[in-house]
Amino acid sequence: MLRINCPVCGTRDETEFTYGGDATVVRPAMDETRAQLWLDYVFNRDNPRGPHTEYWHHVQGCRQWLVMERNTLTHEVGECHLAKEAC
Amino acid sequence: MSQVNRLSGGLVDRETALDFSFDGKRYQGVAGDTLASALLANGVRLMGRSFKYHRPRGVLSAGSEEPNALVELRDGARREPNTRATCVELYDGLLANSQNRIGSLRFDAMAVNDLLSPFLAAGFYYKTFMWPRAFWEKVYEPIIRNAAGLGRLSKQEDPDSYDKGFLHCDLLIVGAGPAGLAAALTAGRSGKRVILADEDFRMGGRLNCETFALGDQSGADWAAATVAELTGMDNVRLLPRTTVLGAFDHGIYAAVERVSDHLTQPAANRVRQTLWRIYASRTLLTAGATERPVAFENNDRPGIMLAGAMRSYANRWAVTPGQKVAVFTNNDDGLRTAVDLAAKGVTIAAVIDSRKDATPLEGFNHLRGALVVNSRGRLGLREISVRLADGSLHKIACDALGVSGGWNPNVQLTCHQRGRPVWDDTLAAFVPGGSLPTGMSVAGAAMGDMTTTGALVSGARAAMEALELSGSAPDMPQAEDAPCSPTPLWFVSEGKGRAWVDLQNDVTVKDVKLSHQEGFVSVEHLKRYTTLGMATDQGKTSNVTALAVMAELTGKTIPETGTTIFRPPYTPVAIGAFAGRSSGKDFRPTRLTPSHKWAGEQGAEFVEVGAWLRAQWFPKAGESSWRQSVDREVLAVRKSVGVCDVTTLGKIDVQGADAATFLNRIYCNGFAKLAVGKVRYGLMLREDGMAMDDGTAARMAEDHFVVTTTTANAVGISRHMEFARQCLWPDLDVTLISTTEAWAQYAVAGPNARKLLQKIVDPEFDISNEAFPFMGCGEITVCGGLRARLFRISFSGELAFELAVPTQYGDALIRRLMAEGEEFDVVAYGTETLGVLRIEKGHAAGNELNGQTSALNLGMGRMVSKKKDSIGSILSEREGMTADRHRFVGFKAVNAGDAVVAGAHLMNKGSVENAANDQGWVSSAAYSPVLGSSIGIGFLVDGDTRLGEIMVAANPLEGSSVNVEVVSAHFVDPDGERLRG
Repeated sequence: MLRINCPVCGTRDETEFTYGGDATVVRPAMDETRAQLWLDYVFNRDNPRGPHTEYWHHVQGCRQWLVMERNTLTHEVGECHLAKEAC
Repeated sequence: MSQVNRLSGGLVDRETALDFSFDGKRYQGVAGDTLASALLANGVRLMGRSFKYHRPRGVLSAGSEEPNALVELRDGARREPNTRATCVELYDGLLANSQNRIGSLRFDAMAVNDLLSPFLAAGFYYKTFMWPRAFWEKVYEPIIRNAAGLGRLSKQEDPDSYDKGFLHCDLLIVGAGPAGLAAALTAGRSGKRVILADEDFRMGGRLNCETFALGDQSGADWAAATVAELTGMDNVRLLPRTTVLGAFDHGIYAAVERVSDHLTQPAANRVRQTLWRIYASRTLLTAGATERPVAFENNDRPGIMLAGAMRSYANRWAVTPGQKVAVFTNNDDGLRTAVDLAAKGVTIAAVIDSRKDATPLEGFNHLRGALVVNSRGRLGLREISVRLADGSLHKIACDALGVSGGWNPNVQLTCHQRGRPVWDDTLAAFVPGGSLPTGMSVAGAAMGDMTTTGALVSGARAAMEALELSGSAPDMPQAEDAPCSPTPLWFVSEGKGRAWVDLQNDVTVKDVKLSHQEGFVSVEHLKRYTTLGMATDQGKTSNVTALAVMAELTGKTIPETGTTIFRPPYTPVAIGAFAGRSSGKDFRPTRLTPSHKWAGEQGAEFVEVGAWLRAQWFPKAGESSWRQSVDREVLAVRKSVGVCDVTTLGKIDVQGADAATFLNRIYCNGFAKLAVGKVRYGLMLREDGMAMDDGTAARMAEDHFVVTTTTANAVGISRHMEFARQCLWPDLDVTLISTTEAWAQYAVAGPNARKLLQKIVDPEFDISNEAFPFMGCGEITVCGGLRARLFRISFSGELAFELAVPTQYGDALIRRLMAEGEEFDVVAYGTETLGVLRIEKGHAAGNELNGQTSALNLGMGRMVSKKKDSIGSILSEREGMTADRHRFVGFKAVNAGDAVVAGAHLMNKGSVENAANDQGWVSSAAYSPVLGSSIGIGFLVDGDTRLGEIMVAANPLEGSSVNVEVVSAHFVDPDGERLRG
């Protein structure tokens, strides 16, 4: 059970959120034709032991998508900001 | 029987006698007793049978670590198996029975297992029940389950309720012994918010069990005075009868409070137990220590118990476990047991001390350098054999033996995250180590401070540090400060008999040796092979001893051999407490449609669709099967008009200057050029190119769309669209909100749909075919000024509209529509008819959009626009997807009487029915009353070019195969004339 510091709502329980995966992947541009880049974007993810930058959706709160750093080993959470706001 | 073993003094209320029964026999105890202390007071030593060998067992401990004295408490629906007698607070009328026996507790037929023990050693199951494989489930498992296992469940519904609660504090203190009370006093006086939880019903821990003075008070009096002071503090919450069972992330702790377990049954409107989730800025673990036994041959007889527990019974409960008591110890703490019991007038037969150099205990038969090597007494201890320092063997008669092998700090909660205990040579025990759960610190005996003074001082100091308080800690009274000086002694091994390490799972020193011989050297393997420490007590009294045995066998030190860690829960927790109020129909919330009340009045059958309850069909008098109702509803819609509540479909309002651009990227087909006042069907793909969901988007204004999703995917699509908006294209000017609950929406379908609606749509709105054509939409008013939205869309293939009004008018609207529709013989139809209508029309739904199909499969390949960026369009063109030749078609039973079944697989006629010959599958099927035949839709290899072919729809699960003709999926009105009419 994590406690996530939503920049809109304050610190809330993990149960209000859903996990959204790696937040560092960037969707290729529409005219991108290299299949490998699309493959990487859609399917390939690292599974790091340690810091991980990831999406969380405050689905039972403000409905904002957040970007948060979480240590996958210790569950320590770091900075958390709105996904739509470039950090 | 009178209370033959009741002593003087103690913390019990002799004035309040309590009647109870055990195995049908009536006894009397007093207020303040536990079931264990009351049984001991009545001279009952035999309390249970062991798990595997059915050995007679008595109580080992006086606390939650108890492995032996497990009983079935209460009866009927409240019967509660595997309850530790040491934790049951005695109440008047308490009913308990021993368990895990066939016949009486004294003559358990299953005790034959004990004679067979040479064949039942570690790994017995793995070695014996291997062949034949067919016997695993049918023969072996029932036998094993019947023979092993402990108590029986009532198998009735739990009549009590449970609750969940949330608490916040600056400091959570786990355990109210001397360290916990000192910490609570320190923190409480500082004004911080404090929670002090203790599993016992009387706070004080060992202070209630020892005879030490604290200043000029007894330990128990000091504890009571401290609890009284804490009770008066508004910032302190005391939680007795509460076990903190787990340490979770970010300073969150779970605790179960046994609100009513000490009563016959909960008072009216009170719960049985509450599961607390505690958010603690800081936590102080002051959970004390657990004494460990020394293993020797036949060390499991009733009457043999921990020396510290014996002191607890004598000092707190005024009970002696026997009339003639011996003590076996490797440390000074064990000597206190002899002193305390003797002070209460109990005869001490001998004090057997493994230490040759121990200071002689004056006035006692103190046998230094001696070992207990065996015991006798079938149903209870009669005699022990003692090997003296000079090598001679002596037999000593006694009916109780207190054993002390030293104390293990209660490190359990420190392990629940990433903490790993470390070995302390001085204590010969593990102390907390590694990284502890967020915000946790440890004090008192749990940290290895084994004296009363040490506990008081370290508890107060730890509270100061945790809360960053300045100044000095409150003065603590003077108390004993003597180290217990253990000299490690784990097991005594002389003869061939069995010396028990884990009493609850019946694991012996020999089992540990066997496991080692067979190569299970890792501690984790040892646990799993022998099941050591894996019983409900989690090896609180056995894990460290087993490690020590293993260490001796491997010639390594204990820390080299491994460590022992613990996982939540600290003690067993009833499933009911975890469920709380989420049971039965309250397991999850139910969503009701706006027409629910009306539909109920009509006698509708309801079905769960996700969290929704939807009307499935509306039976009329004289209809004896659901098919009759559904056929009638279908025919009525196709002939005249029907109304269906479609509120459950997801509705998302999309607004903003870039709304059209946004939808253009969300749907694979184009939306940028959709005119205001028009609706378009849209297909959404996942980024991997597979079809995700479909629905409609209605353009209400240049910058305003109303999007619908399927009922099942409503939440997921909303989340997906929010992701696209916020994470992929945050620069677009668009906002989204789910309005599913805001609008009640009804489909009005059938040739007379317009005529019906014209009766309620306000006259200034023209809904003629010219003014409001197929796929039109608009904001209108109905019933004299009620704002509404009208969409001319059709799922049934008929002339149809969907009318939405604010939800609070949903009930009124269905009643009005049905009343106005009487002249057209209007019907209400449910989800079954909805399904038949859409299958007849060949519309895809959840069965077709199941995440495993593509636009190409669905016959919508050409819809995927190549001219724009939309989610999934690129990967929908990858080879693996374009190579899939399954196409969406319809199937009609060749013999009208045959049933086409959804899930049937399609085979060429004459081919063997197997996966290699699979040509596709039927995804949805129904009986079409219009066609008078069973029909289906589904996916067939090259289906679009095989119309007219006869195939076999194979259903090997039910052993039926029927011939079907491949047809267009559009069974009814293939040219779409009706819906445009």
